[in-house]
Amino acid sequence: MPASPICSVNDFVVRFANVNGSGSASANELFARAVLRMGIPVSPRNIFPSNIQGLPTWYEVRISGDGHLGARGGVDLMVAMNPQTWDKDVTSIEPGGYLLYDSTKPLPTSKFREDITVIGVPLTAICNKEYSEPRQRQLFKNIIYLGALSALLDMDVAEIEKLFGEQFRGKEKLIPPNVNALKLGRDWALQNLKCPIGIRLKRSDAVGDRIFLEGNSAAALGAVYGGATVCAWYPITPSSSLADAFTRHCNRLRVDAESKQNKFAIVQAEDELASIGVVIGAGWNGARAFTATSGPGISLMQEFIGLAYFAEIPAVIFDVQRAGPSTGMPTRTQQCDVITCAYASHGDTKHVLLFPENPTECFEFGAHAFDLADRLQTPVFVLLDLEIGMNHHLCRPLKWDDSRRMDRGKVMTAADLDAGKDFGRYLDVDGDGIPFRTYPGTHPTRGSFFTRGTSRDRYARYTEEGAPYADNMQRLLRKFETAKDLVPRPLQANSGKPTKYGVIYYGSTSPAMDEAIHMIEAAGHNLDRLRIRAFPFHSSVASFIADHDFVYVVEQNRDAQLRSLIVNECSIDPVRLVPILHYDGTPITARFIARAIGDHIDTLKVTPLRKLVS
Amino acid sequence: MTYLAKPKFHHPGLPKNALGYTHRDYEGSISTLCAGCGHDSITAAIIEACFELSIEPHKVAKISGIGCSSKTPTYFLGNSHGFNSVHGRMPSVLTGANLANRDLIYLGVSGDGDSASIGFGQFAHAIRRGVNMVYIVENNGVYGLTKGQFSATADRGSKSKRGLVNSDSAIDLVGIALQLGATYVARSFSGDKDQLVPLIKGAIEHEGAAFIDVISPCVAFNNHAGSTKSFDYVREHNEAVNRLDVITGRAPIKVDYAPGSVQVVEQHDGTKLLLRKLNADYDVSDRLAAMTFMQSHAAKGQIVTGLIYLDREPEDLHGNLNTVTAPLNALTDADLCPGSAALEKINASLR
Repeated sequence: MPASPICSVNDFVVRFANVNGSGSASANELFARAVLRMGIPVSPRNIFPSNIQGLPTWYEVRISGDGHLGARGGVDLMVAMNPQTWDKDVTSIEPGGYLLYDSTKPLPTSKFREDITVIGVPLTAICNKEYSEPRQRQLFKNIIYLGALSALLDMDVAEIEKLFGEQFRGKEKLIPPNVNALKLGRDWALQNLKCPIGIRLKRSDAVGDRIFLEGNSAAALGAVYGGATVCAWYPITPSSSLADAFTRHCNRLRVDAESKQNKFAIVQAEDELASIGVVIGAGWNGARAFTATSGPGISLMQEFIGLAYFAEIPAVIFDVQRAGPSTGMPTRTQQCDVITCAYASHGDTKHVLLFPENPTECFEFGAHAFDLADRLQTPVFVLLDLEIGMNHHLCRPLKWDDSRRMDRGKVMTAADLDAGKDFGRYLDVDGDGIPFRTYPGTHPTRGSFFTRGTSRDRYARYTEEGAPYADNMQRLLRKFETAKDLVPRPLQANSGKPTKYGVIYYGSTSPAMDEAIHMIEAAGHNLDRLRIRAFPFHSSVASFIADHDFVYVVEQNRDAQLRSLIVNECSIDPVRLVPILHYDGTPITARFIARAIGDHIDTLKVTPLRKLVS
Repeated sequence: MTYLAKPKFHHPGLPKNALGYTHRDYEGSISTLCAGCGHDSITAAIIEACFELSIEPHKVAKISGIGCSSKTPTYFLGNSHGFNSVHGRMPSVLTGANLANRDLIYLGVSGDGDSASIGFGQFAHAIRRGVNMVYIVENNGVYGLTKGQFSATADRGSKSKRGLVNSDSAIDLVGIALQLGATYVARSFSGDKDQLVPLIKGAIEHEGAAFIDVISPCVAFNNHAGSTKSFDYVREHNEAVNRLDVITGRAPIKVDYAPGSVQVVEQHDGTKLLLRKLNADYDVSDRLAAMTFMQSHAAKGQIVTGLIYLDREPEDLHGNLNTVTAPLNALTDADLCPGSAALEKINASLR
């Protein structure tokens, strides 16, 4: 069925289908960066298997002059470089879309579609003519298709060449061959194809001073700025790059200039149990410490997390969520550890959770988490997900106030103890539920105490008496109340018109929600929005729900975990919270949200049967 | 209750150490373990060792797991911070504590269930990382708190109090520690304070991973005929290879033993260990020979005790991580936070 070719300037989705381990990732990222350098917002996503070499991988670049940064869904231009996934890739192209493929070997017409524009470039032939070494052939083929794309999409080729210069700083020998490969593809396309095609790029100034980075790297930088000195971790996708980034940042920012010694200690532990054990030991001893993990790691850490809650030891846990349960889909995104983290460990426990929406907030919350952990003397979870953590995002520049100081919380010093201050490790002196602590080694005769996971009285003396146990558990609840005003507040954005409907969302759903709201409004509906940024919930969460008849809760998990948490913690009638759930492992899209909410509003507006009959 | 306050008065004539402290200043609360428990003797030995070395009590962090042995840190060094963590996880908590502040002495107390079963992995990895610590296992071959099940160090063929015969092979923690690179390895017997106290002193002075396996009979569940961890059995099968004296300070050493029977080992920090050899052929600096010696004696049913291996130039985790000499927990905002100017540069690099 013929369809007219899609025509669009600065608003389309390009998807690269590759084989992992073929060196395509850096060429594809180069494409995204070059678009960005043309002043056009992009949001790239790496869709990769849990594998090192040989399996299908995709890189999707959404180009949006209007600045929509969430996943869109659908593909306008497919760069199909993987025969394994050819059929599925061709099927996924939008009607009127484009297919770029390696035409060295002819393919039967049955392999194509009539309603798309097929663009063949003999990549292998061009490559083999120029290069003889197999590895060169493989790597430069990626640059050759980038060259062809630059012609087809009317890209500013100078930006790509500038990026080569930056990428190969210190290895300048590599620049000319890359420029040459780029030119090979570009020239072939200009000479043999109609350039540009219907979708194309035009220089813009919609990027501004925004930066482009991954959430894991930003969170790790937050840990550096937040004063973390001890990191213990165990490799697990998608969090390993957070620990790697911390190592990299520390090597650059935290090595003493004179002694060349490290102002940090990073231990790759034997498992997640040891990781959190090291973090708790260091936190107990007055260092700021963290681990980075994902859902399976959180499951393993449960016993220790309960210890840190009950014995009141600061710890920061970055959980880069991936699709569970069990090993689940290790390289796919979800927001599925909300309840596991909120109530981690046996017995009555509750934990502080932070929900950053993008890398900027990963940095901010990453630093803030250490103040919260010290102030509240408890584990603090920063819940990223694969979408935020492992993809580059265009976001606000990072800011730091130089007058800011670490808040080490209530710590009694040797001078305090000498002055005769009453020290009870679990004594609430001012009603906020937070007791004072001492670091080991503070004073020769005062302020020592025994830390344990067993019950104790206000002076840290072991007891199995009911009353002091209940007293302690009540104080922990008071402390959790105190936390409500210390954690990042929810952000509310009201619709221009009064409305009975609201929507609650959090974390990586943010960009899709920001875009969906325009679609929902265009359909004639109005929604007030509340973005939750932390647990425990601030009182404004309950009042937002009270102000609306229905509130949609948009999440990326099957069981509506945040909704359950709201129902449970704010005593809300579940009927008032409508779950909007996306959990297939791909990032949620504006199209999905707008459709799901629109459908629900439409059902609400169905005329009652009685009226129809009468 | 495992917390019982101890009366504070003491005889005015009690001997004092170089810091002016008496033994009492190194004690904790009253033990609630069974009367005659080997663990209480180890507690007494730790107190004696710290007193004799004139350690400031608050400069020790005592960390344990879960079990009878792990309860003992309450009974010594009452002015030290203690941490009774979770079962089998003392090594990781100790590692983290050590990273936070390298200036304290880290005393890890564990048991055979805690270190050879549930915590076998953590034991192994703390040792191979070379954490500067004293790691004491109070080894009785049995789970005491849960009433007498075999632990992983129970010898194959040994009999439980209820008459069951253990069919599983025993884990020899000393053998494992040697293999994984502990730089100070000893075994002792809770019933031999003269041997144990200097071994603990040597371990405290050692600047690396020091491991002491102390056979400590369980009077309630593992002190019967047929047990290989009973007082009688250990006394009969004890094969001590040496006796240790720890000499601190620069005083010249006077040796009045027969030639060849004494070896003086100077540690990296200047401390001297004086070894009175009971087995003339035994060389504490030969790790491979030590492993063979242990195995051949174990095959004969003998329990080798004494200082088994010593590396005079130990490496430790801080050295390997090249951390600053100041404790990490004492670093300030100025030390740790790169500030807004550095962040601006980072922003610029991300455009």
